[in-house]
Amino acid sequence: MTASGTPEETGPLLRVSSVTRYYGPIVGCRDVSFDIWPGEVIGIVGESGSGKTTLLSCISARLEPTMGTVEFRSRAGKMTDVYRMSEAERRFLMRTEWGFVHQHPRDGLRMGVSAGGNIGERLMAVGDRNYGAIREAAGDWLHRVEFDVGRIDDMPTTFSGGMQQRLQIARNLVNGPRLVFMDEPTGGLDVSVQARLLDLLRVLVAELRLSVILVTHDLAVARLLADRLMVMRRGEVVEAGLTDQVLDDPQHPYSQLLVSSVLQP
Amino acid sequence: MTALARRKTPIGYNFAYLDEHTKRMIRRTILKAVAIPGYQAPFASREMPLPFGWGTGGIQVTASVIGPDDILKVIDQGADDTTNAVSIRAFFTKTTGVTTTERTSEATVIQARHRIPETPLKEGQIIVYQVPIPEPLRWLEPREMETRKMHALEEYGIMHVRLYEDIARFGHIATSYDYPVIVNGRYLMRPSPIPKFDNPKMDRNPALQLFGAGREKRIYAVPPYTEVKSLDFEDHPFEIQKWDESCALCGAHDTFLDEIVTDDRGGKMYVCSDTDYCGSRRAAGTGEGE
Repeated sequence: MTASGTPEETGPLLRVSSVTRYYGPIVGCRDVSFDIWPGEVIGIVGESGSGKTTLLSCISARLEPTMGTVEFRSRAGKMTDVYRMSEAERRFLMRTEWGFVHQHPRDGLRMGVSAGGNIGERLMAVGDRNYGAIREAAGDWLHRVEFDVGRIDDMPTTFSGGMQQRLQIARNLVNGPRLVFMDEPTGGLDVSVQARLLDLLRVLVAELRLSVILVTHDLAVARLLADRLMVMRRGEVVEAGLTDQVLDDPQHPYSQLLVSSVLQP
Repeated sequence: MTALARRKTPIGYNFAYLDEHTKRMIRRTILKAVAIPGYQAPFASREMPLPFGWGTGGIQVTASVIGPDDILKVIDQGADDTTNAVSIRAFFTKTTGVTTTERTSEATVIQARHRIPETPLKEGQIIVYQVPIPEPLRWLEPREMETRKMHALEEYGIMHVRLYEDIARFGHIATSYDYPVIVNGRYLMRPSPIPKFDNPKMDRNPALQLFGAGREKRIYAVPPYTEVKSLDFEDHPFEIQKWDESCALCGAHDTFLDEIVTDDRGGKMYVCSDTDYCGSRRAAGTGEGE
């Protein structure tokens, strides 16, 4: 509130404090705290069942944590607890300032709506009512995610898995969100498509100065995209630090195991 | 009123078929619906002596608002003489003994299926629509919880996605009936399957417009003189259907026309879908045909 200068540069974009989520007696995630700054990419790695997705749901306002807070910095520079907002504000935030890239594009796309309609949805949701402008933005974004613009009226069902994933990314980025959550964005894609998608993501993240919270079990993906890494096990963060540091010199026995488990072709 | 009703309905049903408690429940729902224009108020829809989908919602609404002094008109696709209209009219004649009419201007209650009469409605009239599916967002969002939330938070962007798809595919908004509208600048509403030709008639109409969906158990309303705006894009404004022909019977060129096949060699004619309007024009000598 007492910030001086550009509000965005005076503090973290998102502050996660002691987020804990129980499913009855079962621990989803416990006492996770971290900050994410504008333009930063944080990777969350760990084996399946380690609480990565629970944590991501908690911080993306999809699953209320049992304890702890998640605060987001508005464009005015004010930190607000996302679970204290009214639902209308939260949903507005989710479709303007945030993006969410699902592992399965089918969860994030409208399969019965053309590529252009999918990209234009967020624009129309915030009140854009000019067909020509919406279509132009959709075409522009299709181009940016390496689509042939001629496919703007095709249904997502006619696209390959990698194309659907790129479409989902375009759909999320069209109205310039500041924070994007990604849940295994390259899971289920073959390696060459994965490499292309990662390359694209890297370019977009750098160009748009996006903050990204990336959940993955693939250390190579984390190495390529993430600035910082958190290693999770049994719902807790066992190690956190710069990506290269964590991957090249893991301190916690579990991180060591994780790093040494990677297959070398 | 009940004494009069008993006297006039010889077949042993309560006046207008429904029991008084049901009618009161429906009237309460109607009041709610009128208070929040375009909002779908839930009600405990009753079994009627005809299947859901044949107009049970409209009939229940009509039964709840009709009184012994009312004059009833029933139309189906604009016509007074089609099966649905004839049966519903007979039903109310039997259970209420009210006077029926085919003249729009004489009627106090009009139950309509898929049309609004061409003759402008006036203050004091009630038009009751039969609604098959009340939820405008249904085909876009299957979850009822979610659509209610979308209404509550006024999240209607997705409806424009549907119109966008129309333009992308056909070059213009091809939705021609049940065209989505915003009522009183707030609620998104399905105007029931009336042609979009009739949408402008709903806007600031002096009559009370009630919508009943029996199977889906919803009632909604547009009070007199309420703004009803059809959705559109800035560069693709809302337009109503137009015909090159005029009515073959009465010569009207500003009405909604039905295409009627007259033989098996491709012969056809266009006539007004509103039989009362067409008939009265011919009676007044404005017709050209026949």
